[in-house]
Amino acid sequence: MPDQLVYAMEVTLNGLMAGVMYSLVALGFVLIFKASGIFNYAQGVLALFAALTLVGLQQGQVPFAHLINAVFGTDLHHFGWHLPAVVAIALTAGVMVLMAIAVEKLVLKHLVNQAPIILFMATIGLAYFLEGFGDVMWGADIKKLDVGLPQGISETIESVTADWFGYGFFIDNLDIVATVVAVALVTALTVFSQYSKQGRALRAVADDHQAALSVGISLRFIWVLVWSIAGFVALVAGIMWGTKSGVQFSLSLIALKALPVLMLGGFTSIPGAIVGGLIIGVGEKLFEFSIGPMIGGATENWFAYMLALLFLVFRPQGLFGERIIERV
Amino acid sequence: MKDMSEGYVTADGRQIGGVLMEMKNITLRFGGVVAIKDISFDIRDGEIRAIIGPNGAGKSSMLNVISGFYVPTEGEVWFKGVRRGPMKPYQVARLGVARTFQNIALFDGMTVLDNIMTGRLTRMKAGLLSQALWYGAAEREEIAHREKVERIIDFLEIQNIRKTPVGRLPYGLKKRVELARALAAEPKLLLLDEPMAGMNVEEKEDMSRFILDLNDEFGTTIVLIEHDMGVVMDLSDRVVVMDYGRKIGDGPPEEVRNNQDVIDAYLGVAHD
Ligand SMILES: Nc1ncnc2c1ncn2[C@@H]1O[C@H](COP(=O)(O)OP(=O)(O)OP(=O)(O)O)[C@@H](O)[C@H]1O
Ligand SMILES: [Mg+2]
Repeated sequence: MPDQLVYAMEVTLNGLMAGVMYSLVALGFVLIFKASGIFNYAQGVLALFAALTLVGLQQGQVPFAHLINAVFGTDLHHFGWHLPAVVAIALTAGVMVLMAIAVEKLVLKHLVNQAPIILFMATIGLAYFLEGFGDVMWGADIKKLDVGLPQGISETIESVTADWFGYGFFIDNLDIVATVVAVALVTALTVFSQYSKQGRALRAVADDHQAALSVGISLRFIWVLVWSIAGFVALVAGIMWGTKSGVQFSLSLIALKALPVLMLGGFTSIPGAIVGGLIIGVGEKLFEFSIGPMIGGATENWFAYMLALLFLVFRPQGLFGERIIERV
Repeated sequence: MKDMSEGYVTADGRQIGGVLMEMKNITLRFGGVVAIKDISFDIRDGEIRAIIGPNGAGKSSMLNVISGFYVPTEGEVWFKGVRRGPMKPYQVARLGVARTFQNIALFDGMTVLDNIMTGRLTRMKAGLLSQALWYGAAEREEIAHREKVERIIDFLEIQNIRKTPVGRLPYGLKKRVELARALAAEPKLLLLDEPMAGMNVEEKEDMSRFILDLNDEFGTTIVLIEHDMGVVMDLSDRVVVMDYGRKIGDGPPEEVRNNQDVIDAYLGVAHD
């Protein structure tokens, strides 16, 4: 087999796995957009906040330590415990649910029937608030997140591919785990939305608010539910990205990676988010591999957006969206 | 006027019960527009009550007040002898009030079957956790609901479109599916906003038959808005007539038809 082809295969595989991460973030956007028509600018910050909370809880950090010390002249930092990862993750999921309830009570409830742009603005406000709140609560320093996920190059894959192709693929164990987790998450979400009472209500709200009200669905309950789920998806994304590159402000920028995915996949399609993420992941890795060296590299910064723009021109409704023709 | 507090017997011999719902001095304003002006009337258990009136009279607004979509500016709503506080539509629905919409509100992305299944939501018990932990019970519940829904599908003669996405159906069938979804909730009170608008004669006849049959078989109380006077005469036991937000007539169809105010309103006699 020619070397170039084997390299391309490795790049594609890596791209698929990077794409899974993008899909995960895009999924959070789609869930909220479908159920409430809100483009949640805060989705990336949710992931950051979830990761911060997870690290803080796991390491027994005292929340608001800086603030408390400044006001009371104390010198608190740690409770002195170290929680097992599973417990910390469960607690963080609980915190994300509380946050969903707070968002509904303090923000959304007061903005019922407002124009989408107002709601969008509210989520921008929420994003900046949460970013600052996260800083005050857990401190602004870069943190290491370790919930025991395997990291480093997978030796199994390296040796197997070496046998097959005479060249060992470098695939990160973490990427493999992320892929498995993402597939499990999407499967669970699908089963939930297809077969549970709440899932059915969720689909109903996503389809038609008036009709949903008439069959006895509480919109407010559904909002808390989708924000909880989006918070949980953000937590999963936060764990993966945080493990990979540390928990710091830049983690919230993964949301920017989700935007092109949404343009590609459409804002209301869950399969769209997944396939869109994969296309962008593979596309940007292959482009960097094949064209990058000719034009000086660093194409990954802009390739996704260029691809999405091209796509918008030819298929504005996204991959799976239906073309809407205005009735006249 | 004769005392009807213990109910009455209709022209076709059906026994109508006591007051199920009572609207007392309802007024509804939208900014400067007064959609409903100090209207009172009651709805008896088991009857078919029509609301008629020219365009913009406030009929849909009244239905929206009953179903909790609009909160009246003034006045009281009594249901089963209890005064109803300000309620959200989903709370009213959970009390056993189901409705259809003048402009059809269906879940276009779902199949006919799934649409009708959402009508069962108020009747589904299983919580989030128990569904996850005890799959068997959730499955049994789902099957029981499916059986109820299949009966409604048979009743409304829509077996052949069960798996069709609702968005693709013609108008007349959409109206029928919307009725099916409302029926799936096994409502005590069913509100129909122009269930026959835009239908051809044959479809209207079908719909009329369904309404009479379901009132007869399940004893469902029905409030119905309709423009076609022939249909109103055939179906309803008592009629409320609205014009410019006011009530200008209330009684059995023959009586209302001969009321001078009603005749004037329909002939467009100038209002002073
Ligand atoms: N949500 C609303 N906001 C503002 N005005 C409203 C609203 N709903 C109804 N109205 C006004 O209230 C009045 C009564 O409207 P309504 O829809 O109840 O009439 P209708 O009798 O159902 O008429 P039609 O036969 O055309 O359906 C109209 O002037 C209408 O413009
Ligand atoms: Mg109307």
